[in-house]
Amino acid sequence: MSVDRQSAAAEVTQDSGAAGELRRETMIINMGPQHPSTHGVLRLLLELDGETVLSCTPIIGYLHTGIEKNIEYRTWQQGVTFVTRADYLSSFFNELGYCLAAEKLLGVQAPPRAQVLRVLFCEMNRIASHLVWLATSGLELGAVSVMLYGFRERETILDIFEAATGLRMNHAYIRIGGVLMDLHEGGVDRIEDFLGVMPGRIAEYESLLSGNPIWIARNRGVGPLPAADALRLGVTGPTLRASGVARDVRRDEPYSGYDTYEFDVITREEGDCYARFEVRIEEMKQSLAIVEQCVDRLRKPGPVMIEDPKVRWPAQLEVGPDGIGNSQAYVTHIMEESMEALIHHFKMVTEGVSVPSGEVYVPVESPRGELGMYVVSDGTNRPYRVKIRDPSFVNLQAVPQMVRGGLVADTIAAIASVDPVMGGVDR
Amino acid sequence: MTLAELADRVRTRYPDVAVARDEVTVVVGREELLEALGALRLELGLDSMVSVTATDWPGRDPRFWVAYELYSNEHRHRLRVKVGLSEDDARIPSVTAAFPTADWHERETYDFYGIVFEGHPDLRRILLPEDWEGWPLRKTEELGGVNTRFHGAFIPPVDRRST
Amino acid sequence: MPVERLEGFQTGRTTQEDEQELKRGLLLTTVERAVNWARKQSMWPVTFGLACCAIEMMATGAGDYDLSRWGMELFRASPRQADLMIVAGRVSQKMAPVLRTVYDQMPEPKWVISMGVCVSAGGMFTNYAIVQGVDTIVPVDIYVPGCPPKPEMLMYGILRLHEKVRTQGHIT
Repeated sequence: MSVDRQSAAAEVTQDSGAAGELRRETMIINMGPQHPSTHGVLRLLLELDGETVLSCTPIIGYLHTGIEKNIEYRTWQQGVTFVTRADYLSSFFNELGYCLAAEKLLGVQAPPRAQVLRVLFCEMNRIASHLVWLATSGLELGAVSVMLYGFRERETILDIFEAATGLRMNHAYIRIGGVLMDLHEGGVDRIEDFLGVMPGRIAEYESLLSGNPIWIARNRGVGPLPAADALRLGVTGPTLRASGVARDVRRDEPYSGYDTYEFDVITREEGDCYARFEVRIEEMKQSLAIVEQCVDRLRKPGPVMIEDPKVRWPAQLEVGPDGIGNSQAYVTHIMEESMEALIHHFKMVTEGVSVPSGEVYVPVESPRGELGMYVVSDGTNRPYRVKIRDPSFVNLQAVPQMVRGGLVADTIAAIASVDPVMGGVDR
Repeated sequence: MTLAELADRVRTRYPDVAVARDEVTVVVGREELLEALGALRLELGLDSMVSVTATDWPGRDPRFWVAYELYSNEHRHRLRVKVGLSEDDARIPSVTAAFPTADWHERETYDFYGIVFEGHPDLRRILLPEDWEGWPLRKTEELGGVNTRFHGAFIPPVDRRST
Repeated sequence: MPVERLEGFQTGRTTQEDEQELKRGLLLTTVERAVNWARKQSMWPVTFGLACCAIEMMATGAGDYDLSRWGMELFRASPRQADLMIVAGRVSQKMAPVLRTVYDQMPEPKWVISMGVCVSAGGMFTNYAIVQGVDTIVPVDIYVPGCPPKPEMLMYGILRLHEKVRTQGHIT
């Protein structure tokens, strides 16, 4: 050890004596995968000249779960539980894309009330996902109190999710043919209370961050991505809209009745981290407006699962003393009254839906961009191939361009503003 | 441009066009892939490569079907381009020069299926460890996992169970 | 709120075990008791959140379910400064060597909580990509099942770990 130091010292004196200048060489530094600020298990190989980033290579795959292979061994309904864990912060969107693809193959549509519930929960999930983005971005840039505020609001939303679906995350609520069960008693009132509280909270975040000189200094001009580069790299979502391109799947190719709701597609022109921050804050407000419109439509009752017995999930769930389970009336019906109903229930749960063969691609607008499901069926009760086109997988390709020439600390800000979720990237 | 118009315009150049479930799919040969993508981009405005993936149909020839999803920012329509590859010649030209976004998609398809994309700037595994052996998403590969032993019982991995 | 006290729960040992230990002369001394109490009072976890369970771990550390009541809100990024590793989220084959490296870099005494079924036993992903239970790589003290476990479940696991540390000390 000391020998090396001596010889290195000799080298330095020799060089500085001979050329009269400092020896410069670049440093290759590994950031991650275990890192507090890389937004998940992302590994970055940075080539640094001092503090300036010369090049950045993202290395992914540290959360590869084999979801796509695993779905091929499960039935169509079980596929929902796998797909929902891909991009775990926007679980409803994964389910929605998958179920829309399966329904497209089957040639069926969910009933209107189910579609309204789907939009409602998806938009609330968008708000929850943006809150996690705000909390973790603030934490990574040093604004620790934003972390506490973001998670406080998220708890309110998760309480609503838990009361409606039974789980806080990874719900498996949106099913092929509709949704799992209707909103519980008082669910609409609970959502209305949330709608009353949330705008004030968003105003709180804006007053905390939007005019904050430190926040502006760390975000303005950082991680620039011009629109042409963003389109070439396939970036979608708030990252693209912050560069000026007004592309939103809900507006361009509406699904689940999105063409009947009024909302704006938010864009900004600058294409830096601050623009992405503004776009997401505004999107939260737009999502609140959509949730309000959904709540109005929920006044009228209706079925939440299609009637076709070959497709519908056979259970009838209600909240009992030990949680959500089949209702007593339904259990009595299949166990005591009707043998056919019992056999049908058994077959639908074990064997499942048989989906006609074919392939479809269904895009939905997840909080991170265009989430696409390319689903291939061979006519059996098992999916043949499910490819999840995850937005973060593609958006991360833009990170090397964003951070080139910037400082190491700006790398953190840039990645935080892209909002990758490694579960979706690696699947 | 409606779906039928799109299908007709594509059919004038590449006759193997299928329209199903509001989607247009065109099958091209491997040699004409790059030229086809260039022509589609020029004439129909399909300038965004959304996804590149493959499906494995063992026992059929061609065995691998690589699917390219294209999107037009101008006209807002989509098209799927499919290329069939046989098992012993699973090579296909890379489209990264024209569509830089296909970079990681092609690496992932290579990682899962072993399809070699010729001309790709950096074709190596992306999601699995660098020294992994085998192409896991091929149907001939097992699902993996562990044979669990519990109190003398033997539970096979999920692809060998009866349901 | 009344707390049910089970016999032997305070010390973690039943009266028979206490008598046996008296006979063997291996009762924990006051110094050891004090050391164990201090260790469990302020355990600092290392940031090892991987997937969905990491979000629930963050929620446990945030305002509604507060981990700082037990002095644990400070998630250390460097394993050299941490003594608890809450493995939260599915461990892929690529991540397994990294996990072992981080565990080795933690100084003694250290404990491991495996949070979630993916970490404890592979979860729903019995396939080629996920390590079927992280106890094949590192020794685990407490297993917290759930997919993902609610913050209350994680807190219960942490409290059981505290009891384990307080009563049994650290087994090197």
